[in-house]
Parts: sequence; structure tokens; C-alpha cells
Amino acid sequence: MIAFILKRIGLALITLWLLSVIVFLLGQILPGDPGRAILGPLAAKSAVTALDQQLGVNKPVLTEYWNWISGFPGKSYTYQSAIGPILLSALGRSLKLAILAFIIVVPLGIFAGVVAALNVGNPIDKIISVGGGSSTVIPEFVSGIILLVVFGVALKWLPVTATAPPGSSFLTSIKYLIMPAIPLVIVLFGYIARMARAGTVEALDSDYARTATLKGLPRRVMIRRHVLRNSLLPTITVVATQTGYLIGGLVVVETIFRYQGIGQLTYQAAQQKDFPMLEACVLTIGAVYMVVTIGADVLFSMLNPRIRLKAAE
Amino acid sequence: MSVTTVPIESAAALSAGRKTVRREMLRELVRSPLFIVGALILLWWIVCAVFGSSIAPQNPDAQNLFAINKAPSSAHIFGTDQLGRDIFSRVLTGSRDLLIVAPLATLLGTILGTAVGLVMGYFRGIVDDVLGRFVEAFLALPVVVTAIIASYGLGRSNLELIIVIGLLFTPLIARTVRAAVLLERELDYVSAAQLRGESSFYIMFVEILPNVLAPITVEFTVRLGYAVFAVATLSFLGLGIQPPSSDWGLEVATNYGQVAAGFWWEVVFDALAIASLVVAVNLISDAVEGVLER
Repeated sequence: MIAFILKRIGLALITLWLLSVIVFLLGQILPGDPGRAILGPLAAKSAVTALDQQLGVNKPVLTEYWNWISGFPGKSYTYQSAIGPILLSALGRSLKLAILAFIIVVPLGIFAGVVAALNVGNPIDKIISVGGGSSTVIPEFVSGIILLVVFGVALKWLPVTATAPPGSSFLTSIKYLIMPAIPLVIVLFGYIARMARAGTVEALDSDYARTATLKGLPRRVMIRRHVLRNSLLPTITVVATQTGYLIGGLVVVETIFRYQGIGQLTYQAAQQKDFPMLEACVLTIGAVYMVVTIGADVLFSMLNPRIRLKAAE
Repeated sequence: MSVTTVPIESAAALSAGRKTVRREMLRELVRSPLFIVGALILLWWIVCAVFGSSIAPQNPDAQNLFAINKAPSSAHIFGTDQLGRDIFSRVLTGSRDLLIVAPLATLLGTILGTAVGLVMGYFRGIVDDVLGRFVEAFLALPVVVTAIIASYGLGRSNLELIIVIGLLFTPLIARTVRAAVLLERELDYVSAAQLRGESSFYIMFVEILPNVLAPITVEFTVRLGYAVFAVATLSFLGLGIQPPSSDWGLEVATNYGQVAAGFWWEVVFDALAIASLVVAVNLISDAVEGVLER
């Protein structure tokens, strides 16, 4: 088990290193001079050269890569301060939004998936499967805009921005996050419902489910004790793999609802050609993705005796 | 021990059999009501993309500064935008760029992904490991984030958009093709070709490829939905289709500041148009998946 985890961590570190090289090289290829980007088109050439010198962006590629990695995360061009604290607070805000979305969507998706599986082939199953599949492909800005129009502007039930006024309570800040969370929920719902449905259908079809039925267990007990426990395992994996998507969705949702999270930070960094910030954001996103997938794999194998025992061999 | 001769089917009979199977699949597709609904919606938007400016009741680019931000009425059934342009006409012409970029990007990604997937699945070993690491590294980033980075390096033309999205889809499609190839390469016909001394290139593209077309087709239709999703999202972020196109995502981006002022019609119809297109593509890919993967 420990060897399995260590191997996964090792592979993740290699992937992360590759990502850092890719991102760094992209930053090198990108046209545009950081000094020029900061000082604007009217600045004197000598000032731009001096600033480039000061930022250290005119050295050989390998030296620059080493300087960047050894001083990670470095200093932002636009904020003119250390990236670490800015990135961490943005990450915290995004995490809050993402957790809220998951808290809403995981039970909802699992419930819908299990209901669909128990009614396989019925109209109920059709509606959930087709509806879930269709909800997954609706871009966040489309559902976000429609929610904004209906609940924010027409009905005035929910605030139209995601950022609560400073000093408001935790519950108030959650209220501000409900509308931004829903577009993410709509996209994730289909994935989770689909996995939960597939897992439940498979478990219902299994020998142990048949044995449980044949030994006279009531259907409700059989489903709760034997089916659900097995059907929910794959759902853990899908929740983890969707984390990558989720961060992409955050870029859009944070833009619509004006929320200073890591999505918006990444987007702004790219717009302002703030390379150190952009690179730090991208690596952070990659690292979050790795941590979550490894976490899910470990959790999955701990809950699933077949993998747990195989790994121990 | 007697030697039995296995009758070898003639090439003509084989291809005739293949044709029957294909016709049957098509018949099955056409019988699915959800497929019909999806295909009709898609067809409608394709017609709009091709003939949009002649169907539209008014010139989609004609400004009328005396009639700005007008609510839907009989003169403008979807209202007018902040420059007094007729929104109904703009929605009708707004599918064109999206319907050029998304399918071509998907096609590019499918072609490249198939090639990479065939190589990974057929050679396995070190080639597979190295390419696999790169695929992993790309998959760790959401498509939107990679596109943000890439779109700042490149320009913003439709061609560059096609290339960026096509390249982003390549590892995803490669992963699916690789999995299918791994199963195929264990089969006898591959060993037979190897014993005949065929080149790896021949075995990959002439022997294996025709047998993994089903998962590739499914992957293509599924990816097409995501391509529409991605192009619309990038256009909304200002990184996709550029003005003066009346592209839906771009329209939502330009006008969503007006929502707070109550001018809901300037974004809602474009948003609904995008939703109808992605749902239509999804219904089609669901039906295709149902017919091919059984």
C-alpha cells in the first residue's frame, strides 16, 4: 500500500516537473516583452531594457528556468509583491466556491444516478440520463447568465456578485456564493449521476446482489447494504477527475460573478502578461489536480478490498 | 488429425457485409427520437450558418442609434442591442464561426489523437511511457486554462483557434484510441500481419485502424460537443471568435454588463442558442454511442 502511494507520488512529481517545463517554455515563446508590458507602449527603450535587466528576463533560458524554480513562486510583475500570499488567498476563495458546489452536487448526482439505475429502461431513467448528459455540456457562462437574469435581476432573490461585503458573516458569504456555484453544479451533475447509475446497475446485476435477494432480504435492505456501498466507489474517482475541469469552470464563473479566485487570477495574469503569476497559478492548478487524484486513488483502494489486497501483495 | 480448410470470404462479400451493417446502424439511428431531435436542431443551425444573412429579417450589422436597447416587440422580436442592432438577426447569423471552428478543431484533434494513440498502443514500452507522461501533464490542466495560455502566445484568428483546440483534444483522443489499440494488438490478425513481415506503419494504419473506427467515431461526436463548449467559452472570455462576428459567446460577453440595467434580451437569446446547439450535439453523440458501442 505504502509502495503504491509512493509510486503514485513519484509519478505525480515527474508530471508536475514536466508541466513546469512546458509552462516555462510557453512563457518563453509568448511574444511580448515583460518590461514593455509593465511600462506601456510610450516608455523609453532604455527604461524597458533596464526593467528587463532588473526582472532578470534577458538571461539564457536555463539560467532563467533555474532562477524561477529556485525562487518559486517569486514576485508578480503587476502586483509588485510576492506571489505566495496573493495566490493562497485566491486559492482559498476558489476552494470555498468549489466545496460549496461539491456539497450541492455530490448528493444530488448520486441520488439521481441511483434512482435512474433502480428504474433502468423506464422513462424516469431516460429523463435522468438524457437530462444529465445534456446538462454536462452546457457552458457555465450560459447557465450563469440565465441564472443571473432570472434570480438576480428579475426576481432579486440572490445577489448578482459573488463577493460579500467586507465584514459579513460566514452564512452571508455562502449566500453570495450559491448562484456562482450552480453553473458548476449543472455541469458536474451529469458526470456524477452517470457514474452512480453505471455503478449501481453493475452492482444490482452482481452475484452478491442475487444471493442477497435469494436469501430473502427485503429489496430496500439489499440495496442499502449490498448495492449502494459498491456502486458509490467509482463515483469517488469521477469526483476527483472532475477537479481539473472544475478549475476551468471557475475561470468563467469567477469572471461572470466578479470573484477574485484562482480562476480569475490566472485569467488576469495572462491578460497582463504577468508571467511569474501565470506560471505560479498554472503549477498550483496542476498540483491541486495531482493531490486530489492521488487522494482519490488512495481512498478508493482503501475502501475497495480487492485493490487493497492486490497492492499489498 | 484432419486438416479442415477454412473458407476464405471474398473481399467483395466482406465489403457487402460491412455495407449491410452500416445501413442497419443508420436505420437504427434514424429510429431514435432523441437523435432526430438533435439532428433537426443541428440542421437548423447549419442552415442558419450557411444562409443566415439571407434568412435574417434585417441586416445583422445595421446600427440604429435611435432604437438602442429596445425590449422585444413586433418590430424586433428579440429586441435590439446597445447599438440598436436587431438581436433576432444577429442570433440567426451567430452560429457561423462556431460551426466552422468547432468541427474542424475536433477533426484535427481526432486525426492527431488517432495517430498518437495508435503509436502508443501499438509500440507500448518506452514510447508509450514517455508520451503517456506528456498526456498526463496536459490532462492536469483544464482545457480553458491551457487555451488561455496558448491564445496569448498565438493570435486570435479562427485558424489559430482551430489549432489550439485541436491540439488540446489530441491527448484526450489519444488516450481512448490507445486503450482500443491495446485490445486489438493481441488479436491473431495482427500477429498474422507481423509474421507476413508487414511494416509497423502498415499494421497500425491498414490493419488496426479500420477495427478501432467505432470508438473513434464515438469519441469524435462526444468531443464535438466539448469543442462547441470550449469555443463558446473562449469567445465569452474574449479569447475565441473575434468581432465583428455576431458569434453567440461573443455577444454574451459584449452585453452581459447590460443585464444589471434590465436589458435581459441582449444576452438571454444568445445563451439559449448556445444551449440548444450543445444539447443537440449531445443528443446526437448519445445516439451514436448507443448504436456503435454494443
